[in-house]
Amino acid sequence: MTAKTAVPSKQKLGLFSTKTENLIFDTVNVILLIGVCIITLYPFLNTLAISLNDSTDAVYGGIYLWPRVFSTKSYETILLKSSDVPHAAMISALRAVIGTLVSIPLSMMLAFVMSRKDFVLRSTVTKLVLFTMYVSGGLIPTFLTYRAYGLMNNFLVYVLPTAISAFNVLVMRSFVDGLPYELIESAKIDGASEYRILFGIIFPLSMPVIATIGLFVCVGQWNQWFDTMLYCSSKKNLLTLQYKLKQILDTASSMTGDSVMADAAASSASEGSGRVTTQTIRAAMTVVSVVPIACVYPFLQKYFVKGMTLGAVKG
Amino acid sequence: MSVHSSTIVNKPKKEIGFWRQVWRQRQLVVLSLPVLVVIIFSYVPLWGWLFAFFDYKPTTGLNVFANKWIGLQSFHELFTDAYFWRGLKNSLGIGVLKIIFSYVFSLLLAVMINEVRVTWFKRIVQTVSYLPHFVSWVVAANLVFVTLSPDSGIVNELLLKLGIVDNPISFMGQPNLFWLIVALTEVWKNAGYSAIVYLSAMTAIDPSLYESADIDGAGRFSKIWNITLPSIAPTIKTLLVLSIGRLLSVGFEQVYVLKSASTTETASTLEVYIYDFAMKYGQWSKGSAMSIFNSIVSIVLIVGSNLLAKRLDGEGIM
Repeated sequence: MTAKTAVPSKQKLGLFSTKTENLIFDTVNVILLIGVCIITLYPFLNTLAISLNDSTDAVYGGIYLWPRVFSTKSYETILLKSSDVPHAAMISALRAVIGTLVSIPLSMMLAFVMSRKDFVLRSTVTKLVLFTMYVSGGLIPTFLTYRAYGLMNNFLVYVLPTAISAFNVLVMRSFVDGLPYELIESAKIDGASEYRILFGIIFPLSMPVIATIGLFVCVGQWNQWFDTMLYCSSKKNLLTLQYKLKQILDTASSMTGDSVMADAAASSASEGSGRVTTQTIRAAMTVVSVVPIACVYPFLQKYFVKGMTLGAVKG
Repeated sequence: MSVHSSTIVNKPKKEIGFWRQVWRQRQLVVLSLPVLVVIIFSYVPLWGWLFAFFDYKPTTGLNVFANKWIGLQSFHELFTDAYFWRGLKNSLGIGVLKIIFSYVFSLLLAVMINEVRVTWFKRIVQTVSYLPHFVSWVVAANLVFVTLSPDSGIVNELLLKLGIVDNPISFMGQPNLFWLIVALTEVWKNAGYSAIVYLSAMTAIDPSLYESADIDGAGRFSKIWNITLPSIAPTIKTLLVLSIGRLLSVGFEQVYVLKSASTTETASTLEVYIYDFAMKYGQWSKGSAMSIFNSIVSIVLIVGSNLLAKRLDGEGIM
């Protein structure tokens, strides 16, 4: 890592003095980064504004960051008029909670045995877990296998197959590895069983990593929609919020390329029925499915930098 | 792995025999039971690869031998199928474009964030840029469709106002723009998050390098080029190798939510094709054959790119 500097000392070759160059660099950099923030945030804020706008008025476009004709009708439609969306949200919440409660203890158990250097089956277990990072059965064989297990239209398909992720186990193991081994040894001398060591000593000490992984699993579960489409799309009471949103997206994306949606909405507006158009409903649904993420985001942010870098160096 | 070191440590006990030792550690064996979940949900599906060699009927479940043996027929059908090759082309195209774009942009973003000296501004930029990573692709696709909509999407309005186009473009309905849109939405969603790894690698750079460069009168670009980038080269390489391994799994969910009927020609990647084909027409054997193809190519890519990395500087990442 030898740093060579191209510019000979004391003689500036550039157009500006170092100070001016720094100033220009910083200004341009800050402006570009503000641009990045705007591009990142605008779609969210725009959708929020559309969701809070009157639906017939929204058809004429031109809504940017603030609703033009304020209305909460879209939210009333999806949340109060029918139980579809609230039920889907409940399923999403259930899979997020149960999925996390199933995943964390199982992953911690594996992380614990994988960090026990005296365990005879340690390398076998480690290899079995790690190998899944590289090889998977693939979409169709996996689908057919789960179907043969009877997981079609079954809530378990949401929480069991994803319960153990090699990546999460690795992150947990490197945390457990960092705990002093004397803890385990002295507990053993006191006659504690392995179960007691894990759940009574290691578990409470691992709360930082458990909180991190728990949040990740929880958010991942909330965001899942593909398994719903694969395994549970024909069972109405197992549909999740994300899948509902996907269905709405399908009706909207089939209309890209022309202004069918606007025309249809405009005609319904001229009938004076005050019907809520897909556009605002879609926006409201999007907002509803993002709000929980936004709520846990501050906590997520606190932890994920650590988790991310741990994963990158591969435990 | 320190398998060897542990056997050396346990050498005196070695004569008590493997199974005795397993019995002695039976509590740890019980705690290893979650590995069954891995076996049931990750390894048994590998058994499903056999489906490709039989005329598979789902009613037979996992008892694949109850079906008629058809040998390599599925593979033959697959390799003579024009749609398969179209899928492969789209997968490779999208995969390569995505790798290039996410590389360049996340690295660029990391360097830019790293150059910010005002801490609170740095933190705001980071907080904002990570955010899209945590929403689902369904949500992201909804936002993309709204933003790029020909009716009132902001992109079209800006282009119209600036006089760059005369009529709004329906971006999501253009087959020739689809690859680019996938790459750019990937950047929008994940560049901030991918930048974390680079940023944390940059914090490990010895500040004295920058100080001595300052004394030599080096400019900002010169410092980025000669100090920052070479210092995080190992990280760049590791991530590149990892992403080459994932080349063919180009984000099925992303492509699936962004495609529409009018973009099928360029949006039908291998995975999308497998899904549509098997699910809609019940072509399970052919679908399995395609999954096998996908998995094997991925393994070859992972091993190959790792070997390449080793070749380049005598150090692999696995």
